[in-house]
Amino acid sequence: MVEEIGTTADGDLIINVGPQHPATHGVLHLVITLNGETIKKVEPHLGYIHRSIEKMCESLSYRQFIYVTSRMDYLSSHINNHGCALLVEKAMQIEVPARAQAIRVLLDELTRIASHELWWGAMAMDLGAFTPFFHAFREREMINEIMEDTCGARLTMNYILPGGVLEDIHPDFVKKTKEFIALFKRKVDEYFELLTGNIIFQNRMKGVGILSAEDAISFGCSGPTLRGSGISCDVRKHYPYEIYSQLQFEEVLETGCDSLARYLVRLREMKQSIHIIEQLIDNIPEGDFQAKTKAVLKLPKGEFYQRVETARGEFGIYVVSEGGTTPYRIKFRSPGFSNLSALDHMARGSKIGDLVAMMGTLDLVIPDIDR
Amino acid sequence: MTNEELKIKITELLPSATFEEGGDFLNINIESKDWLSFAMQLNSDNTLAFDYLFCLTCVDWKTHLTMVYHLTSTKFRHNIVIKSKLEKVNPAIETVCKIWRTAELHEREVYEMFGVNFLNHPDLRLLILPDGWEGRNPLLKDFDDPINMIKL
Repeated sequence: MVEEIGTTADGDLIINVGPQHPATHGVLHLVITLNGETIKKVEPHLGYIHRSIEKMCESLSYRQFIYVTSRMDYLSSHINNHGCALLVEKAMQIEVPARAQAIRVLLDELTRIASHELWWGAMAMDLGAFTPFFHAFREREMINEIMEDTCGARLTMNYILPGGVLEDIHPDFVKKTKEFIALFKRKVDEYFELLTGNIIFQNRMKGVGILSAEDAISFGCSGPTLRGSGISCDVRKHYPYEIYSQLQFEEVLETGCDSLARYLVRLREMKQSIHIIEQLIDNIPEGDFQAKTKAVLKLPKGEFYQRVETARGEFGIYVVSEGGTTPYRIKFRSPGFSNLSALDHMARGSKIGDLVAMMGTLDLVIPDIDR
Repeated sequence: MTNEELKIKITELLPSATFEEGGDFLNINIESKDWLSFAMQLNSDNTLAFDYLFCLTCVDWKTHLTMVYHLTSTKFRHNIVIKSKLEKVNPAIETVCKIWRTAELHEREVYEMFGVNFLNHPDLRLLILPDGWEGRNPLLKDFDDPINMIKL
């Protein structure tokens, strides 16, 4: 039962944050028990944007279900699609042409940059710094335009299909991406100058939302949240998919275990994404962008699991197939759901003003949590 | 550890476990009554060190339910899948949220979607479904809602 606003028998105050609250960036509902300004408990209430995607997918074909996942983590929609396509390709042993692989990875990394930029701007705005939002969105717009040219959409790309990509890249893709990279390299350093060193910002981030390495593992955190606690967990490194094993990039780790560490991981990750794009942009192989596949896809009987590294962490797809054209059961392991489970632990004992910083650095996307 | 080494080690820990291979990971079938003590061993054994529960879900097979736990070790990077059959009527299994704390929310989701009762769970109640939801578990195969469900 959702507690109403009021006081408990111990004299603690219960307040509701959300479901409509600017700092939750979506319909997340938190019921917080407060003693003065100190948080005693944070209870998430989910489901305001639950669409039962898992049930829906049980009646969708293996071509169709990929595009539903765009609507989960809408900031990593391309990477979600990528994971689903990889699963189908692995199960049916479809060979993906080299050109399609390079295009997919390029767009993955552009998506990651765009997602981190939005996070950076929005998180800074939550903390009261308004300028970063405009800086981030100015550069993000360039990525959106690149996406729009090639995929036809700016947010929910739906550009991947089993066996390759839907269309070849736009003729201007390489030129525009190069322009973006040249500009963005300077901009990332500018981001550091603009916000990271700011003393007010540092005070609000340092030592806030401590999540020890042990706890982060126990709570099943992944992505920048786990890497901010010093644990190596990049799926691209440990379980490489597509052409990641041939690419040079560093896994960014910070050992601060606090909000600042998670913040630094994401900022430094953008530089690594640029590095990956630079290696690929002049070396997109010629050839087909799509493998020839059967009109109707049937997965063999069995169970399949595929994971990919989205901007928020490890996204896993678990499919149980009975050999038909639709999955028997499908489970999406969304990074946000597990990361959110750590919020209560992080927040206990801190001041309510710090909750926004913690939520900001967890980088929660609510449709991803609710599914 | 390789799958073969894992098999030997796990047979030592739990002789009644049976194995399935061929999928992405090594699948281990266990009895639901063995789960809690087995889970503790998986987590605390120094050579296994399964400290990361990355996926917890349930599958409705119409005649029975199967709990599926995906585990990995952040130290050794080996993966296993634990499966346990549950009765269709009043399914119940011990909670593992003391061992892997992420299980608390995941188990609440399985509880409301499949009706599995997690014994000794500290806070077993609805998570995603609205308050006042009446007993029907949406992810079961026999669930039907002609008004709100759109068949594609």
